[in-house]
Amino acid sequence: MDWIFLAELTVNGAITGLSYSLFAIGLVLIYKSSSVPNLAQGGLTMLGAYVVLAFSYELGWPLWVAIPLAVVIMFLVGLGIEKVALRRLAGRPIVMILMMTLGIDIFLRGATLAVWGGAPRPMGLGVSYDPFFVGPLLLSRIHIVGAVAAIALFVAFMLFFRSRQGIRLRAISDDYMASWSVGISVERGVGLSWALASVVAVATGVIWGEIQGVDQTLSLLLLKGLTVAILGGLDSIVGAIVAGILLGILENVGSGYLDQMVGGGSRDLVVAAVLILTVMLRPHGLFGRQDIERI
Amino acid sequence: MFYRQSGVRHNSYSSDRDLFPIPADRYALWFFLALGIAAPWLIDGLYLNSYMLPWLLWTAAALGLNLLTGWGGQMHLGYAAVMAVGAYSTVHAVRFGIPWEFALLIGGLSSSVIGSLFAVAALRVKGLYLAITTLAMQFVMDWVLNHVPAISGGSHASLQSPTFALLGQDITSDAGLYYVALGWCVLVTIFLLNMRRTGLGRALVAVREKDFAAAILGVNSFYYKVIAFATSSFIAGVTGAILVATFYFLASPEQFSVNVSIQVLAMVIVGGLASIIGSYFGAALILLMPGIVNGLFAAFADQIGLQLGPETLAHIPNAAYGALIVIFLMVEPMGLGKIYANIRDYLLVWPFDQMKK
Repeated sequence: MDWIFLAELTVNGAITGLSYSLFAIGLVLIYKSSSVPNLAQGGLTMLGAYVVLAFSYELGWPLWVAIPLAVVIMFLVGLGIEKVALRRLAGRPIVMILMMTLGIDIFLRGATLAVWGGAPRPMGLGVSYDPFFVGPLLLSRIHIVGAVAAIALFVAFMLFFRSRQGIRLRAISDDYMASWSVGISVERGVGLSWALASVVAVATGVIWGEIQGVDQTLSLLLLKGLTVAILGGLDSIVGAIVAGILLGILENVGSGYLDQMVGGGSRDLVVAAVLILTVMLRPHGLFGRQDIERI
Repeated sequence: MFYRQSGVRHNSYSSDRDLFPIPADRYALWFFLALGIAAPWLIDGLYLNSYMLPWLLWTAAALGLNLLTGWGGQMHLGYAAVMAVGAYSTVHAVRFGIPWEFALLIGGLSSSVIGSLFAVAALRVKGLYLAITTLAMQFVMDWVLNHVPAISGGSHASLQSPTFALLGQDITSDAGLYYVALGWCVLVTIFLLNMRRTGLGRALVAVREKDFAAAILGVNSFYYKVIAFATSSFIAGVTGAILVATFYFLASPEQFSVNVSIQVLAMVIVGGLASIIGSYFGAALILLMPGIVNGLFAAFADQIGLQLGPETLAHIPNAAYGALIVIFLMVEPMGLGKIYANIRDYLLVWPFDQMKK
């Protein structure tokens, strides 16, 4: 047994997994407030990255201007999607809501590529590709940046959920009928959660755009992000962070050894297996709340 | 005036259970069936095989999914994977030397078995979690197709389908292949029309509305969920096999990717849940729309003198396809089938609208 190899796989996996958590936080925010599984988060991530590039690459503005501008635009996009598309589906069967988010995902991907084209481009964040040595371990710098961003967002949201507006969102996620009756604007709260998720999508887009280039493969993060969100519990932000680390380690270590046996490409298989096992054994995830259904 | 209800009286139980009590519906049905049979003489061979045939087959696929999602209320995002099981096992069976009639049955049955595995997920979870589990199973299936050479003939390879033959006759002509598709689609339609009024159909609807409540009424909801998965998977498998045999002529993993699953679900949703005629409309719209939108955009860009790059033109159909789903869910969530039903309801009493009030 090669302990260094195993340790390297584990640490790198944990760091990569935290970048998945970034994506999963977006899913959790929306699910928490409105119980809508947002399958359009992949499309939003892609759009976020392309909007940043539109400012930095095409207009030539520096990234510290482009990213805040993209955040503002995506905030409005998130509000708009909720207001135009999702609000009128409230109370409809889940199959329609799922299909709606899938439709938005397809539309966002198609429209983004139609406007900006599909050739991969660099994000240009300026993180060096030299490996980062911790003792004998080789770590990737950009993944560390992603992990730091994920933890920063996690702390920010933890603080946000203690603020007045955050408590409103928590009330909505608890029981939206009761929230209505005490005068909380549920519509505005759900809209806000979509807007915040779109802002998270910008962060995800920037980090993953730096890791793998900005092109349509950004939307393929959906499966991994969804797995992280479900493993952690769809309504738990802590869960998203813990499950991100867990999935990253499982995926990296699992595929590190499986790839040698089946000849590559087992990453997605490990992720899908984790997803299926989670849903089968513990559908509400590690930290999620178990809902009791009325007849 | 068109859908006259006068003179429609039920004197026996069997007439009361008629599928189409109103004569106008029956005439319309016979008319369209006659059109379908006469199509090879009416339509050019190219259009017949590149539009009519895939339309009918995808309609059959959409009907199979509608049985599960529309009537049974079970989400399924891995439908294309089940179609792939049927297609691959049929082609392998034929290459092994089994005649097509039995190979199709083998394909359908093996799809049923694999599809019932998806139902094991339905035992445990439902709604969103079921959708996500089936999505994950689709990814597993994609991986298996891409990585097990014994099934797919190697990575990125495709499996040639032998010449299609029924009852010992090779079927190669355009019209022959079209009739195979038409026959299968009609068969599935008749099955679903009748299933709606049997005990199975009603039990499925009860499970869809609330499975716990159905269980209290004595409907074994898990049993009916498995039946729904197995039946719809059988339809999926045979449809996938016929699709490969008459349209693609070779089986490759990309034909049954996750996008195809979403496309079939889009057909069902755009057509309308639990609507048979809606599945026909939905399949037609989803299949034809990309070409139409592209033509429109190219013409529009020409009109205003705008230069669109080939990449832009390539991605516009995708954007339009997504927008179509979104717009349908916003405007008419029950789909085209509901629009058809609204028009028919209006015509039922036209021009005596006051009768309704």
